[in-house]
Amino acid sequence: MRVEDYQDPTVIQAALNERRIAIVGLSSNELRPSHFVGYYMQRHGYQIVPVNPRETEVLDEASYPSLADVPEPVGVVDVFRDPAAVPAIAREAVAMGAKFLWLQYGVISEEGVGIALDSGMQVIVDRCMKVEHARYRGRMHWLGFNTEVISANRKPG
Amino acid sequence: MSNDQRDFGFHTRSVHAGSRPDPNTGARALPIFQTSSYVFEDAESAAAYFNLQEYGNTYSRIMNPTVAAFEERLANLEGGAGAVAFASGLAAQSATFFTLLEPGDHVVASAALYGGSITQLKHLFRKLSIGLTFVDPDDMENWRAALTDHTKLLFAETIGNPGGNVLDIASVAALAHDNGMPLVVDNTFATPYLCRPMDWGADIVVHSATKFIGGHGTSIGGAVVDSGEFNWSNGRFPVIANPSPAYHGLAFHETFGKYGYLMKLRAETLRDLGAAMSPFNAFLFAQGLETLPLRMRQHVANALKVADFLSTHDKVRSVRHPGLPDSPYAGLVDTYLPRGAGAVFCFDLNGGRQAGREFIAALSLFSHLANVGDAKSLVIHPATTTHRQLSDDELSAAGIGPGTIRLSIGIEDAEDLIWDLDQGLAAVQAQGRYTD
Repeated sequence: MRVEDYQDPTVIQAALNERRIAIVGLSSNELRPSHFVGYYMQRHGYQIVPVNPRETEVLDEASYPSLADVPEPVGVVDVFRDPAAVPAIAREAVAMGAKFLWLQYGVISEEGVGIALDSGMQVIVDRCMKVEHARYRGRMHWLGFNTEVISANRKPG
Repeated sequence: MSNDQRDFGFHTRSVHAGSRPDPNTGARALPIFQTSSYVFEDAESAAAYFNLQEYGNTYSRIMNPTVAAFEERLANLEGGAGAVAFASGLAAQSATFFTLLEPGDHVVASAALYGGSITQLKHLFRKLSIGLTFVDPDDMENWRAALTDHTKLLFAETIGNPGGNVLDIASVAALAHDNGMPLVVDNTFATPYLCRPMDWGADIVVHSATKFIGGHGTSIGGAVVDSGEFNWSNGRFPVIANPSPAYHGLAFHETFGKYGYLMKLRAETLRDLGAAMSPFNAFLFAQGLETLPLRMRQHVANALKVADFLSTHDKVRSVRHPGLPDSPYAGLVDTYLPRGAGAVFCFDLNGGRQAGREFIAALSLFSHLANVGDAKSLVIHPATTTHRQLSDDELSAAGIGPGTIRLSIGIEDAEDLIWDLDQGLAAVQAQGRYTD
């Protein structure tokens, strides 16, 4: 599997158009990468649905032990877990009708990607949701990062 | 097809990368945000910025929108994950080292570096209890032999000075990676138009922006570009991977992934050492990058014509331009510098120190000064200026002869430059034997 095949800017921006995101493995520890992403996405208007059996509440949202327990549909399932856990998560994501499976940096599972694709989900692999939001919608360019965005169009202020 | 899927060319990216029209005013040129600080929307936002949970402006010692546009443009042209600008090239370089190294660590560096870099490494590292070995960069065996258990990085220039040594980047990068350390390359003399070291495996690129990037000799500045590819969590760089006491326990590599080193470089090293680039200088450097490929083509074409002329002159002992067909670096130039081997090189006069003095005095188009990479052609005679305290023996050890002249070829008409050099050579009377 080539992770570059699952980093399509069009798919990434379509996923960013969703408004409700389940974050599997979201920690309440403010120094964990998952918390950075959850805090950031919530700050930018997304509804965060924490999925973590070790938490009861994260970022003022109730945490569910598994995706199967989430009572309402989500657009994106964003995964901060060991790659070995991804196939089961992908099956649950398919079952709940999520449109996008988003695997964070280093969460690479060929089997999990296959399960999601076979059921018509779109997949993003080895990318950070916070970074991609900042690249296309946010302020990543304020800190000298290479957004790779080239455009002469004026964005709204 | 949208812009996001198009692979834009180097010239397009030189003009556009990092700078979209200003969202608030529509200004098409890059605005100069001449401000020390930024009003927070609310207390929550302020906290998020300082915690690095949100990309936000706090204070221009750490970030500034004009500086950021220059940083992104350079990072884009080098093919890196991002860049951090500094007040000078030497500030950028010292910040690179300061972020990575701790007392007891060791560095292997090319001996064919810019003199200011040699001095910085020798004395700064001694004060910080960091070990250092200089090696002749042309032989891979020298690099290999100098490695110790404490070596944390390798450092060299794409094109060295004054010998014009061209670095075998891929081989040195492979050696670095086999031993779990990054290769840091100073790409000032090549610029990303002539060579992109990261394409060949370099992990970090440093620049003196003062030279070809600015291109007009107006401003002092520097930058660090990181590829984002090095695995700082390989066990050898706890300084990047472990929770940082200088940032309330944040683990930069785990939290920011490929942006971890750059975040630490900015949020800790730039914050603490304070050598920030001014917004006005960043504007000039971003403007300079817009014409970088056009200027570099003229620089390298002129330099080769001048080198050809000098190599046939009877008062010239040798010309050390790596782009000449008989250069020992011709093979490496073919690989790494196919668009040209730069525009800064040295040649040696037969008549020693006195000949150097006579030659410089007779020039009328070349500017006699201590800089390189200007649109204007520049000349210096190291034995009577920058290196005048050294004996002939000491000069020789530095690769500088008593009759060595360094040229930085500008973008004037090559015929006019050759005319000036020809009259300079005609004025040389000294015939003294060249002492090796």
